[in-house]
Formats: sequence, C-alpha cells, structure tokens
Amino acid sequence: MVGEGGRREEIVSILVNKNTRVVVQGITGKEGSFHAIQCKAYGTQVVAGVTPGKAGQEVEGIPVFNTVRDAVKKTQCDTSLIFVPPPFCADAILEAADAGVKLIICITEGIPVNDMVKVKRALRGKDVRLIGPNCPGVITVDEAKIGIMPGFIHKKGVVGVVSRSGTLTYEAVHQLSTLGLGETTCVGIGGDPVNGTGFVDVLALFEKDPETQAIVMIGEIGGDAEEKAAEFIKKNVTKPVVSFIAGITAPPGRRMGHAGAIISGGKGTAAEKMKTLEAAGVRVVKNPAEIGNEVKKSLGR
Amino acid sequence: MNVHEFQAKQLFAQFGVPVPRGKEITSPEAGASWAAELNTPVFVVKAQIHAGGRGKAGGVKITKDKAAVPGLVKELLGKTLITHQTGPKGREVRRLLIEEGAAIVKELYVSLLVDRDSGWPVFIASTEGGMEIEEVAAHRPEKIIREAVDPAVGFQPYNGRNVAFALGLPAMEPAVVNPFIQMLGNLYRLFMEKNAAMVEINPLVITGDKKLIALDGKVSFDDNALFRHADVQQMRDLNEEDPLEIEAGESNLNYIKLDGNIACMVNGAGLAMATMDVIKLAGSEPANFLDVGGGATKETVAAGFRILLKDPNVKGIFINIFGGIVRCERIAHGVIEAAKEVKINVPLVVRLQGTNADEGRKLLAESGLKLEVANDLWEAAQKIVKLTGKAA
Repeated sequence: MVGEGGRREEIVSILVNKNTRVVVQGITGKEGSFHAIQCKAYGTQVVAGVTPGKAGQEVEGIPVFNTVRDAVKKTQCDTSLIFVPPPFCADAILEAADAGVKLIICITEGIPVNDMVKVKRALRGKDVRLIGPNCPGVITVDEAKIGIMPGFIHKKGVVGVVSRSGTLTYEAVHQLSTLGLGETTCVGIGGDPVNGTGFVDVLALFEKDPETQAIVMIGEIGGDAEEKAAEFIKKNVTKPVVSFIAGITAPPGRRMGHAGAIISGGKGTAAEKMKTLEAAGVRVVKNPAEIGNEVKKSLGR
Repeated sequence: MNVHEFQAKQLFAQFGVPVPRGKEITSPEAGASWAAELNTPVFVVKAQIHAGGRGKAGGVKITKDKAAVPGLVKELLGKTLITHQTGPKGREVRRLLIEEGAAIVKELYVSLLVDRDSGWPVFIASTEGGMEIEEVAAHRPEKIIREAVDPAVGFQPYNGRNVAFALGLPAMEPAVVNPFIQMLGNLYRLFMEKNAAMVEINPLVITGDKKLIALDGKVSFDDNALFRHADVQQMRDLNEEDPLEIEAGESNLNYIKLDGNIACMVNGAGLAMATMDVIKLAGSEPANFLDVGGGATKETVAAGFRILLKDPNVKGIFINIFGGIVRCERIAHGVIEAAKEVKINVPLVVRLQGTNADEGRKLLAESGLKLEVANDLWEAAQKIVKLTGKAA
C-alpha cells in the first residue's frame, strides 16, 4: 500500500507521520499560506511550497518553487497538500503525481467532476495515493497535520476516524477527545462524487494499524461508498466500527452542500446506508452526539 | 443546474443528436405563426418546467389541427402543473415547446452519467423507453444495459456496438444501428465538452420511416464547471428556482428550503445535515439546510438570518458552529451585530464549540440578546425544540 507507514519501520501510523515531508501547492495564496504555517506550527515537516513564477520567495521560512518537480529535487518532499483553485486543480494533482510525490492530499472544493474523472483515470495503476478532493486532509495526532483541521481538538489515542465531511468530523473528534479515548489518525476522504481514496482503503489501513483499536466512519447521503464499506467490514474488519450517516432528513434530488451529497433515483438514502451497515455488524448511531459514547461502549470502557 | 427540454434539444441538435423540429413559444400569436411554419400532420405542445411527469399532469397536448394550436398555448401558459416532482404547490408554466409529432414504432431509453465508484462515464440503456428508469431498474434489472467508457480514450465504436447488440437493435431495425452508435458518440461528446452531470433521452424513438429521434430530453450540468460555459449559464431559468435559494446564492450561502419549523445555520455541509437530523430526533422538523461555509463573517451571518426569517414557517433558529479555522468569538460578534440589524422575533439557540468557544459563549451571554447558549449538540437541539413549543 502506498503512503502507508512511512519509510522508517519504527513509526506506527497510517498514511503520514513525523517523517512525512510536505510540499504545499498554492502556498502563496491566502488559504495556502495560512494553512502551511498552521501545519508547520503543529510539527509537520512542511519543506516546500509551489507557486508557478514565484520561485525564490519564502513563506515563513518555507522555500517556494516554480514546479513540483523542482521541489521534489531540492527538498525530497514525498507528500503534497493542494490549495490550488478549482479551474487549475486537476492540473496540479497530475503535476504532483508526475513529479513522483507518493501521497497527494487535495483540499480544494469545487473541482469539475469531469476533471476528476480524467485525474482518477490518469492515476490508475500509478504508485501514488490521492486523498480528497474537497476534504479537510489527514492528521496523525502529535505526528503530522496535513490539512485544515484545527489541531488542538485532537488528542492522541486509540480511535481511527474516516469521514466524507469536515466540521462533522471535528464534532466526532471533539467527543472522542473529551471522553479521553483520543484518535490515532483522522482521514477526510472528501465530499465529491469522484474522489481518490475511499472508505474501504482507509478501513483496511486502520484494520492493520496496531495503534487503532476502534474505527469511526462518518458517511452521508449520496452514492454507495458506505454500502461498499459495509461489504468490506463484514469480511475484513475485526475492530469495532461506529458509524453515523448524515442526511436522514435530506430531501431527494437536492444536493446538500457537498457535490456528492444527493439522493438520486431513490438511491443513496441515509436510511438504506444505515440498514446495510447495521447488517454488516457496524454500530450505527442515529444521533451524531452519541458517536463518542458508542465508541466507548464498543471498547468496553 | 437543470435546463428546459427545449434547451436540452437545442444542445442535442448542436451535437448531431436528432430531435423533432420544434421551437420555444411564449404567446398564442407566436404559437400560431410557428404552427403555420412547422406545417406537420401532428403538433405536440409541451409545457416547459424543470420537473418530470408533465404528461400525466396535463402538460402535454397533441393535435392534428393547426388552428387548434393557439388555443392549446393559451390553455397551458400560466397554468400550474402539479407532478410527482414539483411538490404540492406545483410549478407555473411560462414557456412551451411546440414541435412536430413522430410516428413511434419503438421507444428506447438512453442516458449518460458518471459512475461514482469507478469514476468512469457510463451509458445506461434499455428497451423499456418511455417509463421511469428507476422503476425498470427495480423490477426488471435485466432490462438495464450499462456500458462504461474509458475516459482516457473516450467513446469508441465498440462501446456503441456493445449497447446496440445488447439492446437487440439489429433485429428491431437494422437501419438505425449505425445512426444509433454515432448518436451515442455524439452524446458522449456533449457530456464531456459541456461538463454535463447527466444526459437523458427518454424516450429515444424509432419512427415509422426508420429514423431515430430524441422525443424527450433532459440535461443537467455540473455546477462546478459552469465557469467554463457562458452559453450554459445563459440557459438558467430563475423562475424555476426558489427565490430564497437564489438570494442565498447571491450571498455565497448554501441554502435549501425545507418544510419544517426550526431553521438552522451551520458551518460545513456534513454538520449542517447532522444538525437537521438532530432537530428531527429532538421531535421537530428542520426548516432548511444552510451551510455558511468556512469563512463565516458578520455579513454572512446577517444574510443568513434575513433569509431564514423570510420563511413564514420558521418558529425558531438554531445556530450550530464548530469553530475550526473559524473562531467562535467572531461568530458571536457576527450574531450580535446581525441581531442589531435584523429583527429576530423567534427563539434563538446558539451552540458554539471548538476554537475560542468559551469566549464566544461569554460574549453572547453578556450581549443582552434574547437567546440561549449551549455547549453540546444534543442539548442545543432539545433546547430549541422545547422553546418552539414541541415536546422532545
């Protein structure tokens, strides 16, 4: 699996750790510079930034390069964090992949679906993993924050979190931290209909990760990623999984904020997803305020 | 973004997908002169609204009499159609499509959309045209044909042959096989070039003179790609959208009106849906979906209040903010400032959590505003439901 574990054997975590070397694409933009600095302050090794035509500049001591290729050559960065605006974002993802970056975390919201269709096809079979787009990123607590989530709500612990949402994930994390359970790694897979890494990939990583004792999976209406996850969990996941699916009150045919959150042709309802997950042995909570407590119960605490 | 049937057919024609001769009509006079020009044995007058089920609701009229056309136009224009997709209020008919009728021998179904799982565009086709495809999929799944197109190379003739043979088209009418394959290629081009979210022809008909014609057409577009297509943007019909949703869009708010009594204002789409869900769990119904996004300011909060309060059904407001990058004390300032500008005459519960939540809650408590502050999601939901008079 690409991006898993890092290069050094002694570090246990999924996707990212304190040795991860990050390049921020779109670093001189408002969002890019703000979050590059926040990630660095958390302890992440933000070693480079890219904005075409701005090589030689620095953002709080982080050197800026014209191309990802230059950044890789000069800084050996292995992970990219992308804030490039939607019209140019597919290009930015492909550039990172071509430059040899192994993990691409794309925060940008609003990329045209057909652009992602082409990107996903182009990445197929390549030794690279894409997380997102339209996601908060990835954090391995006390190791690396590569995304826009507030670092301080996280607490090192035993629960792996995977989610299609941003602030709803923070809500779950807040509950886990408050209850003293804490998190291992939190992965936002994003709210777009066509994305890189799905629930199943992340669930597989959590299942193998010795630090992770329980998993929280936050889904929402639209598509069948949760159904696919249920199938996988039933066969492959031995750790307790607690799940909440947002949108039980969402009307059909309307896109609820996220491009991928839509019930179409009667498919992708929250009720259907909850039922399928329950049948796969997942502990489904109807009340999002109960996520933390349910995890606690599942761990016999 | 959705467009009308007549607009979808204009696009079809532009991309070489055969459609009946037709024209958008908005007055009986125009109807009369177009009927004279069209000069066809059968005239079809179709109401143009963004909803399916028009035929059953009386929105489609057929006549052989040219002189009857203006009367049908008069009858349909201004009429409110209620279909299974319009909701109980229905939709007012403001424009019509008048086109030539076709001698139908066989009705097929064809659509194209992106399969979310594989990320590939997929054709869906069926010999059961003219019916709701969901019904066919549910009851006779063997009648549904799926053909994925590799986006790296785009549509290839073999994709078309796969669909044509699976449909049994050569046995049905050999003369339409090649035009059918070509048409699928043209649909694929339209789909990719115009960044469509879905293209649907239902029914696609084989006519008595062995021709293929898209008798009905539906195209929706990827909102995230509209910036590339000025021509598509011009097809937007604001009459087909909720006025409050239009206003919200102008303030960069993501708002969807629902039928309940408790309004909510939330940062983030997932949390906004979850907030609607807890309102229901607490015993009431959400009045809306409203995501104020990551950069909520005093202005966005004020705009949010104005929109929420324009809905006469709203009996209470629940603000749920999980501060991440957005700092709660800023939201609190926003609420206080907005409350000065917008008269809030319903109960208000504000739940702040995350970055600087304590500071924000303190500001609100000391503001003298009539509102309740809450720490937890569930506590807040129960509070607002109780305040609006329904037992949890």
